[in-house]
Amino acid sequence: MALYEESVHKAFDRIKHSKLNAYITLDKEGALETAGKVDDGKVSGRLAGMTVAVKDCITTKGLLTTCGSKILSGYVPPFDAEVVARLRKEGAVITGKTNMDEFAMGTSTESSYYGPTKNPWDLTRVPGGSSGGSGAAVAGLECRMALGTDTGGSVRCPASFCGVVGIKPTYGLVSRYGVIAYANSLEQVGPMARNVSDAALLLDVIAGHDPKDSTSVPHDACYTDHLVEDVKGLTIGVPKEYFGEGTDKKVDNAVWSAIMKLDKLGADYKEVSLPHTKYALSAYYIIAMCEASSNLARFDGLRYGLRIGKDENWHTTFSRIRAEGFGEEVKRRIMLGTYALSEGYYGKYYLKALKVRTLIKQDFEKVFKGVDVLAAPTMPTTAFKIGEHADDPLSMYMADIDTVPVNLAGVPSISVPCGFAGKLPIGIQFIGGFFDEPKIIRTAHTYELNTDFQKLPEGF
Amino acid sequence: MAISVKDVQHIASLACVDLNETEQERFAKQFNSILEYFKELDGLNTEGVEPTYHVIGLNNVFREDDAYEPLPQEEALKNAPRHEKGYFKGPRIV
Repeated sequence: MALYEESVHKAFDRIKHSKLNAYITLDKEGALETAGKVDDGKVSGRLAGMTVAVKDCITTKGLLTTCGSKILSGYVPPFDAEVVARLRKEGAVITGKTNMDEFAMGTSTESSYYGPTKNPWDLTRVPGGSSGGSGAAVAGLECRMALGTDTGGSVRCPASFCGVVGIKPTYGLVSRYGVIAYANSLEQVGPMARNVSDAALLLDVIAGHDPKDSTSVPHDACYTDHLVEDVKGLTIGVPKEYFGEGTDKKVDNAVWSAIMKLDKLGADYKEVSLPHTKYALSAYYIIAMCEASSNLARFDGLRYGLRIGKDENWHTTFSRIRAEGFGEEVKRRIMLGTYALSEGYYGKYYLKALKVRTLIKQDFEKVFKGVDVLAAPTMPTTAFKIGEHADDPLSMYMADIDTVPVNLAGVPSISVPCGFAGKLPIGIQFIGGFFDEPKIIRTAHTYELNTDFQKLPEGF
Repeated sequence: MAISVKDVQHIASLACVDLNETEQERFAKQFNSILEYFKELDGLNTEGVEPTYHVIGLNNVFREDDAYEPLPQEEALKNAPRHEKGYFKGPRIV
């Protein structure tokens, strides 16, 4: 059998026997067809024959796209998202659509209508969210690389919890055309892979200006050119606010060991401060919920999606469809967003949060005048148990403390494995200034080449 | 000001989401603790600070006003749960 077809069969055999629930929809037929064309020399490109899984909030022409929600069950998009079109152009073999928190709202992939994804390192734990299916699929060898989306840490969190690499690009670097919007001023599509080289390659393919997305920024760079083993002369800032109360001791130790390692490899480090960090969580959740309440108004069961029972008047029909189609976390955020945008509260919540966002962005701009990259824990803990935060949404929101400031400011960040607590992986994130992906990739790549944390979970 | 079950009902109506009684009570409780947490922003002076809507500061993004082939009607209706004579079919408005 031909080489790439065989690798598709291998991946699908693994998926068939998998306990992870990493995928919502599989496309074996399409994958084999593309792989066959690559084998026959009819298709070529930078990703030729490589298996790539796509998060289920990214539209794929002719392939079921549900956003992890009941309200979109049965939705087959008539077009490809720009990032998917770019994958296809480079010969990628798309394996299917990965599981996610419903409408990308979550830190655990537990809120998916299609059941939670399990962490490959410990099946009783979450893979992180909301791109948990993508993280688990990459870690569990169910694809070579994957696309996720990162609104408040949703690529970096599952990368950290599943022991893989994830990049949240600068806002505007990657097209959002065809990405089902949750909080559009914050979210970016990002690559996930088992090593920095693959993540950089995938970023090369998806990055670049798209006239179809008016938030897309013209910016040219080649990321694989920066896969250089050299951190000499780099100054790494260590923001003290990211090592606060709630940070697991083992995470703290692993991240500091990584910083010391980079110091030994020729980088310098110094402690820095991002004074408005403690306001980031509130500002993030207010902005995200307000944008979500507005974006999700389009789900009315009219042009696509769920339509149930007999039609009554407009308001009753749509309220019933939305009650049936949305899960609890989605309802919670739509409701809070609606409240925060309602008359008399706009200034108190949304406008205030946007001003706090300015202060947080200025913190980053100031600090990057003195350092090249920042190093911090990606998540304050390792993967938690499935169901651990079920009754207390606020406690789950708190887990995003180290990732959300990056989305508010719009700067890029990469998460790479930096150790283990017992058998659970720990992630470190390197944050850069606007369009400083080359610097964070170089730092992460050098670190990766000089450490041994890119392991496979037991039994894989 | 605490959020009551009645407030939750009002917001649910604005958001077009039906909630059952259990959900209303649970949300009222959760919303209070979440909004209490958001109060920490009140302690930060943001006078004179401009809000950030777009981090890169893009504005006035234009495109050519070119005509192109639209999505064929058949395809546009393919995902619609109810349609009739080439139109989407919605519930009565009045």
